[in-house]
Amino acid sequence: MIIIFPFVLLLAGLFSGAVWADNAAVSEMLDVYIQQGAVQPDAQAGKAIWLKTFIASDGSIRSCTTCHGNDLKQSGKHVKTKKLIKPMAPSVNPDRLSKTRNIRKWFRRNCKWTIGRECTVVEKASLLAFINQQ
Amino acid sequence: MKGRNIVISSILVLSVASIPFVWSDDDSEEWQEYSRHSTGVAKITNPVYLQECGDCHMAYPAGLLPADAWQRVMNGLEDHFGDNAELDPSTRKQITDYLIANSADKSDYRRSQRFAKRDKKSNDNMRITETPYFRHEHNEILARLVITNKEVNSFSNCNSCHQKAEQASFKERDILIPGYGRWDD
Ligand code: HEC
Ligand code: HEC
Ligand code: HEC
Repeated sequence: MIIIFPFVLLLAGLFSGAVWADNAAVSEMLDVYIQQGAVQPDAQAGKAIWLKTFIASDGSIRSCTTCHGNDLKQSGKHVKTKKLIKPMAPSVNPDRLSKTRNIRKWFRRNCKWTIGRECTVVEKASLLAFINQQ
Repeated sequence: MKGRNIVISSILVLSVASIPFVWSDDDSEEWQEYSRHSTGVAKITNPVYLQECGDCHMAYPAGLLPADAWQRVMNGLEDHFGDNAELDPSTRKQITDYLIANSADKSDYRRSQRFAKRDKKSNDNMRITETPYFRHEHNEILARLVITNKEVNSFSNCNSCHQKAEQASFKERDILIPGYGRWDD
């Protein structure tokens, strides 16, 4: 027991470390973006993009917060269907940013819908760094 | 005066009596008990479809639209009812194949066969809510129960009124309209 206990603690520490600080999907995506030229992912810049508003061709005002809300730790709501969207912050919703496929898929869709074009690698890296901090 | 009353009440009696015939499209509880083919449509059996098409709204059972309508929906995911739902080609193909194989016109569920019925608008329809059968079933429902009702918002949100829509069941006894209550007719 005395021997096992610290070992369990160590394992628990390693495990939670892997989940919170060093998300494998996030590091993998950041590596890809960095290789493509996003030298320094900047969470502050990511936050600015997250909050920025864009005017769509139909005149509507769009932003990442339109569906995800201002507080990433809280649920959002799809602007058109009103379906609940679970919190984006990995600290309260560990499923977030846990699969590279989902990150790619939603960046593609949501950048096109919100900004009217795909995000650049620099923008994606910064957005990812920002969301991952939440 | 009396004669007129009799005429009016017999008209009433007659029209009430005719309701069961008009609406007797297999909706009686008894029939529902005995025919699994009348209480709803087939449940979703494809996990990829369930996951990929259930993020922004409930995943609609395949038996609610005919094959050609599904094909049109799947051909235009980049501009999907004003949203962007694009998928990589292999996932898109997998889902399209599933939807077409299980579409309303291929299903042996009676309810699906009704959703497959066509009218002149059907050639470019992509919505369940624009099928003739859907419009027929919902034409009594007032706008104030849907569009101006924040909890329903759109007829496309089947599950806001049909409590078992996600299990592909649309029985009248499971209808509860938010802010209005149960639907008894
Ligand atoms: C029109 C509504 C809408 C807008 C606007 C929107 N999103 Fe999303 N987003 C969604 C939905 C729906 C999901 C998937 C919901 C789920 O997984 O529960 C999602 C998922 C995501 C994910 C995937 C997270 C994961 O790993 O599960 C990321 C990343 C994301 N959005 C980023 C953004 C960014 C960045 C913007 C602004 C450029 C944005 N979104 C704008 C609706 C929207
Ligand atoms: C990015 C969000 C999003 C995703 C992902 C999505 N949809 Fe939709 N879908 C919508 C919106 C928005 C509407 C319009 C809702 C309204 O009008 O109220 C809609 C409507 C529909 C309708 C018409 C419903 C009606 O009114 O009868 C069908 C059918 C449909 N979607 C099928 C699909 C299929 C199949 C997929 C998967 C390939 C899918 N959707 C994925 C956002 C999405
Ligand atoms: C505003 C609430 C509401 C919404 C949203 C709604 N329905 Fe209905 N639906 C009803 C009501 C009420 C009835 C019963 C109508 C009647 O009998 O007069 C009904 C009837 C039906 C029936 C016939 C059931 C029977 O036993 O005869 C089907 C099938 C059905 N709806 C499918 C759908 C589908 C599919 C959707 C989404 C695309 C949907 N409904 C959205 C309220 C709704």
